[in-house]
Amino acid sequence: MDILLSGLLLGGTYALMAMGLNLQYGVARIMNLANGEMLVLGGLAAFWLFSAAAISPLLTNVIVAPLAFVGNWLVYRFLLLPLVRRAKTQGQLEVDSILATFGMSFVLVGVMVSIHGEYFTYSFLADPFTLLGKTVALNRLVAFVGACAIGGALYYWLNRTYSGTAVRAVSVSTEAAGLVGINVDRVSALAFAIGGAVTAVGGSLISTFITLDASIGVIFTMKALIILIMGGVGDIRGAIIAALILGLVETAVATVIDPGLTLVAAYAIFLCVLLFRPQGLFGRKTT
Amino acid sequence: MTYTLKRRAMVFGAGAALGISTLMASTALAAEPIKFGVVAHLTGPLAGGEAVTHTPNIEFWANQVNARGGLKVDGEMRPVEIITYDDKTNPAEHIKAVQRLATQDEVDFMLSPYGTGFNIAAAPIYAKYNYPLVAVSAITDQIPTLTKRFPNMFFTLGTTSGFVEGVRDTLVTMRDAGTIGNRVAMVNVADAFGIELADKARPMLAEAGFEIVYDKSYPLGTPDLSPVIKGAKNAEPDTFVAWSYPPDTFGLTEQAIIEDLNVKVFYTAVATAFPAYAGKFGSKIEGNIGAGGVNPDTPIMQEYRTNHKAVTGKEADYWASATYYSSLQVLEQAIEGVGTIDRAATVEFIKTNSFDTVIGTISFNENNNSERYWSVGQWRDGVFRAVADTGMGDSVSAVAKDGWN
Repeated sequence: MDILLSGLLLGGTYALMAMGLNLQYGVARIMNLANGEMLVLGGLAAFWLFSAAAISPLLTNVIVAPLAFVGNWLVYRFLLLPLVRRAKTQGQLEVDSILATFGMSFVLVGVMVSIHGEYFTYSFLADPFTLLGKTVALNRLVAFVGACAIGGALYYWLNRTYSGTAVRAVSVSTEAAGLVGINVDRVSALAFAIGGAVTAVGGSLISTFITLDASIGVIFTMKALIILIMGGVGDIRGAIIAALILGLVETAVATVIDPGLTLVAAYAIFLCVLLFRPQGLFGRKTT
Repeated sequence: MTYTLKRRAMVFGAGAALGISTLMASTALAAEPIKFGVVAHLTGPLAGGEAVTHTPNIEFWANQVNARGGLKVDGEMRPVEIITYDDKTNPAEHIKAVQRLATQDEVDFMLSPYGTGFNIAAAPIYAKYNYPLVAVSAITDQIPTLTKRFPNMFFTLGTTSGFVEGVRDTLVTMRDAGTIGNRVAMVNVADAFGIELADKARPMLAEAGFEIVYDKSYPLGTPDLSPVIKGAKNAEPDTFVAWSYPPDTFGLTEQAIIEDLNVKVFYTAVATAFPAYAGKFGSKIEGNIGAGGVNPDTPIMQEYRTNHKAVTGKEADYWASATYYSSLQVLEQAIEGVGTIDRAATVEFIKTNSFDTVIGTISFNENNNSERYWSVGQWRDGVFRAVADTGMGDSVSAVAKDGWN
């Protein structure tokens, strides 16, 4: 029971890391290597407002989400769209976007170092909470609820609304979507911006229980990539399921076998998925 | 990619902070500055530690020296100028940057880097150009071997064994006083630092009659440490020891509070001495034990802490901050003692003299090692006091931790 609870909470954390990248890569086709930095930036905002003005990180999200949305929209519009237009193939766009966002990650690290070069440490809801007779950390539970809310909202939006359907159409084929009258550039920018906002909100939730610093983003980018590839590109369910599996397995291994083997276990599942289902759990087979 | 991400030159005119004397400032600036180079981790995994322990002290020291008019060399007062490169916490970049400081910028002296590995990695270049390297954030049992190969290298913060011995002695004293029992839960971060300390501690604690009831490692950057704390709690220890790094020091402590890990001794390693540690947990960490500690009661230490805060706006940490500042004082006094820019003579001067610093008098033994350092500290009323030391003799005795309140 302990394993199940802690594992689900950790899975929620992982889902927060990966859902945004899933939208950005799955729909806007931008392999965003600055994803982790966007997450840490959200964490920095939460830390900064909490220490300077005692504003709750939950409240911070009301500011962070629109800011990150606008920021990411601008990045897509002015930095990445020229690359999309120029790219003759998907492969070329991937190389270009990796290089561009890799550079962007350094800029973001530099900006964050100049704001706060030390660890972003603060205490928010670091209290025990009894759930089904087991103790869990309240801040992790809050982040999990946040992850569920974001995941649910994204799922509803993508599957039940008109604009969400357009987003899915673009993720299947940009050409076909364009032919049926969808403004592909706009939908891509929207998906990229929402992805960035989700990641930044995730960062501010995660910063309540993981000590971040300006340079730690790359670790989150890596984890998000693993989850993204495991779950399948372009399907939000894949990211969530993969995140939960990873969380549960890591917690089970840490509790039953040895905490030192969590990374091994994570990469072992990753390898298995790559071997037996290379398109990811929910990915479409390339035709 | 070049390694000049950030280059800062800090030339503080005399009395700049107070603005009292433009005349003094102009005379100080008229003399050519003495150039000090430092390769820092402004970004990357060790940036957080560097930003607490090293960077503010360099700023503070340059400020203090220049406020006095500079260093007296060749009969004139020359201000100090600091040239900083970022190495992204990457050893290859680090070495390139040190080389560049030596050959392109031709700095007169260099300040030691953060991290044992970086000090050792760069030591050959320092040796080649005869730069004195007064290492601080470098803890190793290889000091005699290293200083034999690199006679320009000095150590100030102790050895790995000294470190673990400090913990063992603290525990033994508390057990003999009847404060704690024999059961120890020990965890470590699975990288060179944590593994080395755990390997040293295992036989040392067993020999001292302790029973290690939980002994696990976890990977660096583990996002959820609750299984570790839960596992330790199930083993019902009297003492919890974690050879940890900053992010996991914070993470383990937070989980221990949540799980209400009821131990008499809760030890975490790096970052326990950071003011941010107390800032995050407040009174809950009263009685927590960790790596480092200082004697906060000496007038000179109090003056150092007050001025450090006044100049940099940041509170000094309770471990290597003061020692790092002291290493700069050693360098400063040696340069003035030699009286001219002569690096070989400065190395010789450091070997053969003793220096008055904020942590007391520093002198080096035949292995270029200063055998005066604090190794274990305890949070007592918002101050992290040394409870074990080597050669200092001013530690207080540790008390049992009484819950997380």
